[in-house]
Amino acid sequence: MSGARRNVVGMSSNAVTLQYVHVTVDDVDQAIAFYRDALGFDVAMDVGGGEQRWVTLGVPAQPGLSIVLSPPAAGRSPEDAEAMARLLAKGVLPMVVFATNDLDATFERAVEAGAEVLQEPMQQDWGPRDAAFRDPAGNQVRVSQAA
Amino acid sequence: MPDPTPQPVEMLKHLRRARDLMDRDYAEPLDVPTMAERAFMSPAHFSREFKRAYGETPYGYLMTRRIERAMAFLRAGMSVTDACTAVGATSLGSFSSRFSALVGESPSSYRARSHDALEAMPDCIARTLGRPARYR
Repeated sequence: MSGARRNVVGMSSNAVTLQYVHVTVDDVDQAIAFYRDALGFDVAMDVGGGEQRWVTLGVPAQPGLSIVLSPPAAGRSPEDAEAMARLLAKGVLPMVVFATNDLDATFERAVEAGAEVLQEPMQQDWGPRDAAFRDPAGNQVRVSQAA
Repeated sequence: MPDPTPQPVEMLKHLRRARDLMDRDYAEPLDVPTMAERAFMSPAHFSREFKRAYGETPYGYLMTRRIERAMAFLRAGMSVTDACTAVGATSLGSFSSRFSALVGESPSSYRARSHDALEAMPDCIARTLGRPARYR
C-alpha cells in the first residue's frame, strides 16, 4: 500500500490525462475545414506533408487535449495504408464522441459544413440527447448535449 | 470462391452510404433495388458487394435494424402489429418469422414476458445486450 502518494488539487501526483486522439482521414485539408467549421476546432500544429502529415487541432475550452488528423498512409506500410483506407471508406473505424452545450446549434453547423447525417438530435432511451453524422472522410462523429 | 480483388474505396463509400441510409431511414419503405440505385449498382451486384464488405446481405442488415427497433417498441408495450408498421416492415408474417429466427422467440411472446433483467442493467449495456446478434 503506497501511502506516500499525495493529492494535489484533487488529482493524485501521477494523474494521467488524455492528450491526443488520432483520427484517420482521406483528405486532411477537407477534414481541417470540417472540424473547424462544424465543431470549432483550430489548427495548433501542422507537421509533415502529403501522405505523411499530422495536423493537431484543439478547442479553447479544453487546453491540453487535441485531435490529430492524418491520412491512412501516415506512418504505415502501403499494405496497411490500403487496409486502413478501406476500413475508413466502409465507415467502420472507431467513432469520436464530442460534447456540446448546444446540441441543436452544433448539429446545424455540421449540416451546413456538409456532414452526412446519421441521426438527427434525439433523446436516447439509455440517457443522452445526441446526434450523429459522418465527417467528410466517413468517420462516425457523435455529439452529446452536455448535462 | 470469394473474389480475391479488394473492393475499390469508391465502391466502399457507396456501400457505406447505403448502410447509413438503412440505419437512418429503416422505417421508410426501403428495398434493395432502391438502395442499389443509390449505390449506382444493379441489385444483384449491390447485394453481393454489400455482403462482401459487411458480412451480411443488405436485406438482412435492414431487417436486423428493424427488429432491433421493434424489440424496444415491444418492451415499451406497443402491439406487435403497430411495432411491425412502426419499423417499416410491410408483411406481418415475414416480420414475425424473421423476428423469431433472430431473437429466438415470437414477437408476441417477447412482448408478453418480463424484461426486468434488461431494465436492471446499466442502460448502455442493456442497449447492447438487448440487440439481436448480427454475427454468430
